[in-house]
Amino acid sequence: MPIAAAYRDIRVLMIGLIALLGLAFAAQGLSAAAPTAAMPTTGAEADAAAAGDASGDAAGAGEGEAAYEHLGPEWIKGQPTSFEEDPWKSMTFQDQYTDDGQYALGMNMYILTPVIVLISAFVFFLLLVVVVRYRRREGREPSRTTHNTLVEVIWTIVPVLILIAIAVPSITLLARQYKTAPEDAITIKATGYQWYWGYTYADNGGFEVISNMMPLEEAEANGLPGHLAVDNRMVVPVGVPLRIQTIGADVIHSFAVPSLWFKLDAIPGRLNERVLTINEPGIYYGQCSELCGARHAYMPIAIEAVPMDKWRQWVLSKGGSFGEDAEVDEDANVQAPASAMEGAPAAGDGLTAADDGNAPSTPVDTGVAEEATAAE
Amino acid sequence: MATTADTFQAHDDAHHEHDADHKPGFFARWFMSTNHKDIGTLYLIFAIIAGVVGGTISGIMRWELAEPGIQVLNMVAPWLGADPAQIDQTLHLWNVFITAHGLIMVFFMVMPAMIGGFGNWFVPIMIGAPDMAFPRMNNVSFWLTVAGFFSLLFSMFVPGGIANGAGTGWTVYAPLSTSGSVGPAVDFAIFSLHLAGAGSILGATNFITTIFNMRAPGMTLHKMPLFVWSVLVTAFLLLLALPVLAAAITMLITDRNFGTTFFDPAGGGDPVLYQHLFWFFGHPEVYIMILPGFGMISQIVATFSRKPVFGYLGMAYAMVAIGVVGFIVWAHHMYTVGLDVNTKMYFTAATMVIAVPTGVKIFSWIATMWGGSIEFKSPMVWAMGFIFLFTVGGVTGVVLANGGIDDNLHDTYYVVAHFHYVLSMGAVFSLFAGFYYWFPKMSGRWHSELLAHIHFWVFFIGVNMVFFPMHFLGVQGMPRRYPDYAEAFSFWNEVSSIGYIITAVSVLIFFANLVYAFTVGKKAAANYWGPGATTLEWTLSSPPPFHQFETLPVIEDHHDYHDHLPREGDAKPVTA
Repeated sequence: MPIAAAYRDIRVLMIGLIALLGLAFAAQGLSAAAPTAAMPTTGAEADAAAAGDASGDAAGAGEGEAAYEHLGPEWIKGQPTSFEEDPWKSMTFQDQYTDDGQYALGMNMYILTPVIVLISAFVFFLLLVVVVRYRRREGREPSRTTHNTLVEVIWTIVPVLILIAIAVPSITLLARQYKTAPEDAITIKATGYQWYWGYTYADNGGFEVISNMMPLEEAEANGLPGHLAVDNRMVVPVGVPLRIQTIGADVIHSFAVPSLWFKLDAIPGRLNERVLTINEPGIYYGQCSELCGARHAYMPIAIEAVPMDKWRQWVLSKGGSFGEDAEVDEDANVQAPASAMEGAPAAGDGLTAADDGNAPSTPVDTGVAEEATAAE
Repeated sequence: MATTADTFQAHDDAHHEHDADHKPGFFARWFMSTNHKDIGTLYLIFAIIAGVVGGTISGIMRWELAEPGIQVLNMVAPWLGADPAQIDQTLHLWNVFITAHGLIMVFFMVMPAMIGGFGNWFVPIMIGAPDMAFPRMNNVSFWLTVAGFFSLLFSMFVPGGIANGAGTGWTVYAPLSTSGSVGPAVDFAIFSLHLAGAGSILGATNFITTIFNMRAPGMTLHKMPLFVWSVLVTAFLLLLALPVLAAAITMLITDRNFGTTFFDPAGGGDPVLYQHLFWFFGHPEVYIMILPGFGMISQIVATFSRKPVFGYLGMAYAMVAIGVVGFIVWAHHMYTVGLDVNTKMYFTAATMVIAVPTGVKIFSWIATMWGGSIEFKSPMVWAMGFIFLFTVGGVTGVVLANGGIDDNLHDTYYVVAHFHYVLSMGAVFSLFAGFYYWFPKMSGRWHSELLAHIHFWVFFIGVNMVFFPMHFLGVQGMPRRYPDYAEAFSFWNEVSSIGYIITAVSVLIFFANLVYAFTVGKKAAANYWGPGATTLEWTLSSPPPFHQFETLPVIEDHHDYHDHLPREGDAKPVTA
C-alpha cells in the first residue's frame, strides 16, 4: 500500500520536526540561562559613561537642562534582539532588570519551559509509538480494551500534581508583584493619550513630560532603535521603588516594558498602580499593548533609569522640586506633544502654543471624537 | 451501538422510493430549506466562503507584516475608500482588517462549519432522528448568520471614525468602540454580532431539543456518539454565554447612540465592566469553537483504530467539565487591567484546572489508538495532526494561565501563537478531519485520498511556519495588532509570512480536491470506512436519502460504548 509505505519516510520527517520543536522550546530556557555580558551596575560607572556621551535625545532643552545629559545608545538594555544578531536570544524573553522579572524568568526557565517541552514531546512520542506499532496489518485483531482504571487515575492525578508544582511559584510571583509601594516611593503617573504617553511626576511638582515616538530617520541618526526610541524618555531613579500609576486619557492603552516584566493597562476613569524597582541604570524600551486606534503601533515607551543624584538634576532641569518644596505647580513645565509620524496631524492638535516649551499643564485634549469628525 | 453498517440498512425496505427522495425545486430547496442535511450543506458552503474572505484578509496582514514599514496597507487603502496619503486612514485600515479577520473566522467560519455544518448534518442522523426538532427555526438560524456576515462586510464600507470600517478589534472594547469610533461602521459590526448571536441561540435551542427529545428508541444519553455529546455541551455553552454578549453589545449600542454611560467613567460607568461581560461570553466561546472538534476527533480516532473510544464516559464528562469550568475562568483574558491580587490568584488557579480534563481527552484518544489496528486514511492523519498541535497550543495555554507570567506575554504575539495553535490548528484540523471523514457521505462522491494527504502535509508545514515563530516574537515583546514593528522583529515575521504562502497553496489543493470529487470522483458506498465506522450515518446510503429513518432504528440494551462492536452471536438489531 503506497500510503503506508510513504509513512515510513514521513515518520523520519516527523522525528526531525519534533526535534526542531523541542530545540526551539528549549531555546527559551537555555539562552535565558546564558550569562549576559558584564555591564556596569554602579551609579558611578553609569555617571562616567553618561558623562562622556553626547546626548542622543532630541528633547527641546529647557533652561538648566544642560546640567543633565541623557544616556546614550550604549545604555540600551531592554530591547528586542534580532535573529541576525543572536538567533537564540531572538527566541526567548528579553533579559530582566527587576527582581520580579528575574523570578519570573527563573520560573519560566526551570519549571514552565521544561514542563511544556516534556509534555509536547511525550504526546508526540506516544503518537509515534502508536503509528509504528499499531499500523493496520493483515490478521491484526484490534484490542477491545476500553477501560483501565489505574491508567485513567494516573493521567488525571499526574497533571494535577504538575499543575500544583506550577501554581506554587506562580502564586508566589503574583504576591511579589503586588507588594504595596513603600510610603516614600516616588510616584510617576503614566497617562496614555492617542497616541503618545505623558509622564507626570506627582511628587516633584506635578510636571508632565510628553513622550512621542522619534521619527525613524532621527532615531537612526542618533543610533537608537526605530519604532522604540522616543523624543522624551521617562527618566527615573535606579534602585529605588517607583510607584507607577497608569490611566487612559481617551481610550484604553497599556504601559508595557518587557525587560522589566511590567504591563499595566491605562484605562480611562481608573488609576492603576504597581510598584517597580529597576536594578540597573539603562534604557528600557516598551510599546503600547492595548489596541487604542490608528497609531497604536507608534506610541513606544522608553524608560531611562539613572542614579538618584542624576535623576534629581533631571527633575530640576524640568522645573520640578523635591520633598517639602514639592507642591503641584500650576505652571509646571509641560512639553508640547509633537507628531510622531511624518505628514500626520500633530498628536496634540487640541493644544495651543504647541511650540512653546512652557505650555500650561492643562490635560491634552485629543478626543478621538473630534479628530474622527474632522477626518470625515 | 447495536446498529452497525453491515447489520442494519434503514432503507432496505421496499418503500423508500417515494417520500424519502422527494426533493423540492431548486429555490425552495436551497432558499427555504427545512431539511437538516440541506441546511448543513448551506452552512458548510457559507463557512468555506467566509473562510476564504477571512483568509484573504489574513493574507493582506501577513503581506504587510513581511517586513517593517507600511508597504501594503497604502496599496489596498483605496479599496475601502481610504486616502493612502493620510497615514492615519491607512493605519485605521489595519485595525479594520484585524477586526474583520477575527470576527469572520470566529462567527462566520468555525462556528457555522462545526455546529451549523457538521452538527446539522450528523446530530439527527447519529441519534436516529429524521430531522431537527424545529426545521423552520433551523432555516432562520442559517439566514440570520448570513445576514450577520453581510452586516459585517457592509460595516467595512461605511465611516468608522478615522476612515471606513470598524477598527476596534474583535473584542470591541469600550471606549475605543464607543467614543473612540464615530460613524455607523461599529454599529453595523455590533449588529452583525447580534444577528449571528441570535442565529446561534436559536440553533442551540434546536440542538438541545433535538438531542433530548428525538433520540431513537434505545439511544440513551450514555449511548450517544461523542460527537453528539460535544454538540450538546456546545449548545448549552451557546445558550448561556451568548445572551451575555448580546447584553454587553446592546449596552455598547446605547452608549454609542442613546447617551447611556454603562462603560463611560464620566457618567459613572466602567470600561472594565465591558471586558468582564465580553469575556464571560468570550471564554466559553473558545470552547464552543473547539468542543465539536473534540467530538469529531473521537469518532474518527475510533473508526480508524477499529476500536471503541477509550473511556467513553470520561470523554463525555470531560467535555461537560470543560464547559462548566469554562464559565469561571474569564478574567484570565484581563490580567493586566488592574485586577486585585486575590482575583488574579483565583483565575490563575481556576484556569490551570482546565488542563486536567483536556489532558484526559488527549490521553484517551491515544489510548483509543493503543492496541488498535490503525488505518491512516486522510481523516485519521488530520486527527493525529490535531492531537499533537492542540497539545502544543494547550501547553502554551498553561504558561499564559499564570497571571504573573502573563504580565509579560499579555497582548503579545505569544498569545496570537497560542490561540492560533488551538484554533487555526486545533479547530481547523478537526474541521478538515471531519470534512474528509464525511465528505463522501454528504456528497456521495469520493475525494482524492492522495490529494487529501498532500493537503495535510502542506497545510501542516505551512501553519506551523506561520504560527510557531510568533512564540518567539511574543517572548521578545512584539505586541499584537501592530501593522509595523521594530527592525529586530523582522526575521521571524518574514518566516511567518512565507509560511502563509505555503498555507495558501494547501488551500488551493483542498479546492482542487473538491473539483476532483465533483468531476471524476468515484461513487461512495454506504459504509466506505469499513467495520470501524459504527455510528448510524454509516447505515444510510451516500448521500443519505432526503428524509432518513422513516423507520426508526432501535438500539439494543446490551450495546453500549463500553463494548460497542457487535460480537459473535449478537442478536441482529431490529427496526421498530
